Amino acid sequence: MTTQVSNRRLLIKLLFGAVVMFGFAIFVLPPLYNLFCEITGLGGKTGGKYEAVDVQIDTSREVSVRFVASNNAYMPWEFRPTQDKVVVHPGEPTEITYYARNTTDRDMVSQAIPSLVPNIVADYFHKTECFCFENQPLAAGEDINMKLVFIIDPDLPEGVKNLTLSYTIFDITDSASDLVTQLQ
Amino acid sequence: MLKRAKALFLSLLSLVVSLPAMGAAVAESSTRQLNMPQGVTEVSQAAYDIHMVMVWVCTVIGVGVFGFMFYVMYAHRKSRGAVAENFHENLVVELLWTIVPAIILIVMAVPATTALLKVYDTDNPDLEIKITGYQWKWQYEYLGEGVKFMSELNTSLDEVYGREPKGEHYLREVTEPLVLPVGKKVRFLVTGNDVIHSWWVPDFGVKRDAIPGLFTAGWAKTDEPGIYVGECTELCGLGHAFMPVVVEVKEEAEYNEWLAGKKAEAAEYAATIGKQWTDEELMVRGEEVYERSCAACHQSNGEGIPGVFPALKDSPIALGPMEGHIAILIDGVAGSSMQSFADQLSEVDIAAVVHYERNAWGNDVGDVTQPIDVLNYKQSK
Amino acid sequence: MAHGPATLADGWKAYISRWVFTTNHKDIGTLYLWFSFAMFILGGAFAMIIRAELFQPGMQLIKPEFFNQMTTMHGLVMVFGAIMPAFVGLANWMIPLMIGAPDMALPRMNNLSFWILPFAFAILTSTLFMEGGGPNFGWTFYAPLSTTYAPDSVNYFIFAIHIMGASSIMGSINIIATVMNMRAPGMTYMKMPLFVWTWVITAFLLVAVMPVLAGAVTMMLMDINFGTSFFNAAGGGDPVLFQHVFWFFGHPEVYIIILPAFGVVSQIIPTFSRKPLFGYSSMVYATAAIAFLSFIVWAHHMFTVGMPIAGELYFMYATMLIAVPTGVKVFNWITTMYKGALTFETPMLFSIAFVILFTFGGFTGLMLSIAAADMQYHDTYFVVAHFHYVMVAGAVFSGTAAIYYWLPKWCGKMYNETMGQVQFWIAFIGFNIAFMPQHFLGLAGMPRRYADYGLQFADWNMVSSVGAFIYGGAQIMLLFNVIMTIRKGKPVSEEKVWEGAEGLEWTVATPAPYHTFEKPPEVK
Repeated sequence: MTTQVSNRRLLIKLLFGAVVMFGFAIFVLPPLYNLFCEITGLGGKTGGKYEAVDVQIDTSREVSVRFVASNNAYMPWEFRPTQDKVVVHPGEPTEITYYARNTTDRDMVSQAIPSLVPNIVADYFHKTECFCFENQPLAAGEDINMKLVFIIDPDLPEGVKNLTLSYTIFDITDSASDLVTQLQ
Repeated sequence: MLKRAKALFLSLLSLVVSLPAMGAAVAESSTRQLNMPQGVTEVSQAAYDIHMVMVWVCTVIGVGVFGFMFYVMYAHRKSRGAVAENFHENLVVELLWTIVPAIILIVMAVPATTALLKVYDTDNPDLEIKITGYQWKWQYEYLGEGVKFMSELNTSLDEVYGREPKGEHYLREVTEPLVLPVGKKVRFLVTGNDVIHSWWVPDFGVKRDAIPGLFTAGWAKTDEPGIYVGECTELCGLGHAFMPVVVEVKEEAEYNEWLAGKKAEAAEYAATIGKQWTDEELMVRGEEVYERSCAACHQSNGEGIPGVFPALKDSPIALGPMEGHIAILIDGVAGSSMQSFADQLSEVDIAAVVHYERNAWGNDVGDVTQPIDVLNYKQSK
Repeated sequence: MAHGPATLADGWKAYISRWVFTTNHKDIGTLYLWFSFAMFILGGAFAMIIRAELFQPGMQLIKPEFFNQMTTMHGLVMVFGAIMPAFVGLANWMIPLMIGAPDMALPRMNNLSFWILPFAFAILTSTLFMEGGGPNFGWTFYAPLSTTYAPDSVNYFIFAIHIMGASSIMGSINIIATVMNMRAPGMTYMKMPLFVWTWVITAFLLVAVMPVLAGAVTMMLMDINFGTSFFNAAGGGDPVLFQHVFWFFGHPEVYIIILPAFGVVSQIIPTFSRKPLFGYSSMVYATAAIAFLSFIVWAHHMFTVGMPIAGELYFMYATMLIAVPTGVKVFNWITTMYKGALTFETPMLFSIAFVILFTFGGFTGLMLSIAAADMQYHDTYFVVAHFHYVMVAGAVFSGTAAIYYWLPKWCGKMYNETMGQVQFWIAFIGFNIAFMPQHFLGLAGMPRRYADYGLQFADWNMVSSVGAFIYGGAQIMLLFNVIMTIRKGKPVSEEKVWEGAEGLEWTVATPAPYHTFEKPPEVK
């Protein structure tokens, strides 16, 4: 019967469509979203490692950058920037550090997640070196000064004078247990 | 039947029409507030203005559309002898009622855009405050000033559960409000510690989601000193309704005095850590801290909620060695709702609450936990 | 079963196996309708608990964690258990009758897609009795409250959602196949009744977005149990991603709920106006436009998460656009009534109430689309009021209208008109007393999903609770009316039950025989 055949064909096509949408949700949407974040600065996520290019330092402009530290839940480490804020010229590489100390009696691994306010200019904030590129293991009681080198793009939109860069550290010991064994 | 529908509709309509007048009369939240508050900042005023534009546009369209509909329902009813016509298309009319609403929308998009630009105008702040949402309280940190504190509900559970009459400021009072100076542009950097919260002060027109790992910004600048109350607006667990926001805006001189006081307090606090506390002092303070920070889950009677939150009464931790008990509060229990209180409670508070838990509801360890024990634990690592 | 369906007279065994193994579209439609009504009562009971607790400030009856489970379960059961199956039930009953088909295209799958539903809801409801309680993170289940911080029962919740999704997808595929392949000769697409049109568009929406929901819960499942980090910032994920994925499903979902309701009303209003539907083709285009727009506006649920301003502006403009096709529909319904010969039987009353309440909800929706104002409305009772005006008016009022409208065709008995009208007025008044004050509560600053509130919100909450109890009572009366009609209603035998009714479903005998259109009708 022709209707039955075409019913079956339609069933297969639509089921295929449903499977495609399922794959779309799991395999396409998350990377698409990350790409979107990178382009638009959505969520204030500053990008990955930046290869320094020769740019003119724009001495006519001053931008103040404030540093903030946060601990996520279950993260008892001491964690703070060593400087409250710096005033820089766009194009000029600047180095600052964050201090972290593992206050527990367990060896732990942390991951710092950056977020820049205003979110929209995250794309103009370049990091040539950052402790957030890799996770940070610390043995019980150990401490460290972690380095961040950044350059503010001279193309930073006019009128933006105050940036605030925050790092939130998360405890990722469970998912990075190989690093904990290295500590021992 | 029809008349009743009409009457009902008219009474609803009169409510809508009277909204602006009522809104103006109750700038302070009152029991019978019907409309959005105008608030005290540029942003809240902008939100109010665009809200009222929309209310009026919708009211005018609504009166027109429903008016016509009720006329039709009256005039073309069969019981009045109406005979149905048979038309079912009219291209001109159909195009018209597609295009005209589109034009109205385009016109409305202009003020809507301007209002939104105000919300995003967060640059050049005079003061930056980091706001962190915790289950279920707020932490305020004055960036660059070295001042940070927790602000949590100050209404007792007895009032919530009706064992005591409810006070005038029921669920609108906190241990310590956020204090702001008048006339200064304040940038709020909002983030979350555990789950997503949302920090909202209607009178400022600021509502920002507090998302772990992410900072979003809002701003406020007001010339009117006063106390402004807000709420957490994103479901964040069982204490969602119990973490109000209270902001006190002070004259600049008063604000500076307050800030200096807070800084001195921090210095003074260092001294109290070394002090030996007595059993009674710790029990009193411990009970306060417990009711505020622990009782929501572990319950006032220490019996917890079976299967969800463990009982502290007769628990091996509360009856075991003191250091293990302190460790739970400082480090939290990964993968459970028991988070680290190291940042949320002072050493004195942690000592007091540990002491309380070890010696209340029939627990009778009998030892005395001192703030210095907590500090030693923190530094021993 | 040449001798017709088994009845109780054939013994329990035969009767039960008739319903369990049935592939008859009318039987399955009936099963869907009764099941959805049972879920409607269950979800309604949850709502009554919520409103009883909110009757006064303070916690009187339940604890906050149970309150959160109630709000979550109320939303889930109403959306996935009551509204969606109710419209699938109507589709099963009516679409073959309306397009002159002998049955649905894939009858065995039809049976399966219904019978997995009770299991899904049994699992979901059983979580309430598990240690740690049921889902307590809201029907929108934002991560990380629904992942890292969820009760252990979350895995059952995810499993239940998967089953519901599978059921909806199968049901939708069936509807699409039926409409595309089974139409009677001469029944061209542009001759199909609007109910069929809205359903086929809805079915395409479902096939497109239910898998996205399945994807969202699958990612949750992996985050919870297999250590991935889709929604966990620590591992490079983002909790905001969850909201994007959820609302990519969630916004089309609300149109999935409302579009079949548009279809129902577009059948009923012409009948009682005794005049053809005005602007049939523009109705079809408007429905398609709404369906398309539903895919590109999702982030208007997220204006406060801190999107870049360009994103906010885009989602604001796109959302405002939805008012245009929706407006077209409302104007068409009213113009259908214009110069008709109107009578106001119960189905018509519910349909007119639908137009009024839905339009009101549309207005508040337009207000919510304005991002700057939404900063104040977002996640308050204003939003709760808005979506109850759209969804309850949309789904429940039109669903009730559909029941009164087609019940005589289904069972060959006429409902009691007085009882029907009394039920309408109780429902209409109760509904407005319950939800109108919630606008004021929201504007005055009361957030949604609050187990307890300050004294300044006490008055309107009490009014709202009273209204909710009245509205709840009206639903019990609906059940009573339906049962009384089936048992003691006045028999009707004319094919065309309503004077002004048009369409193939009114050409078959009343009550509709077990098998219809075994020979396809000729459509001119």
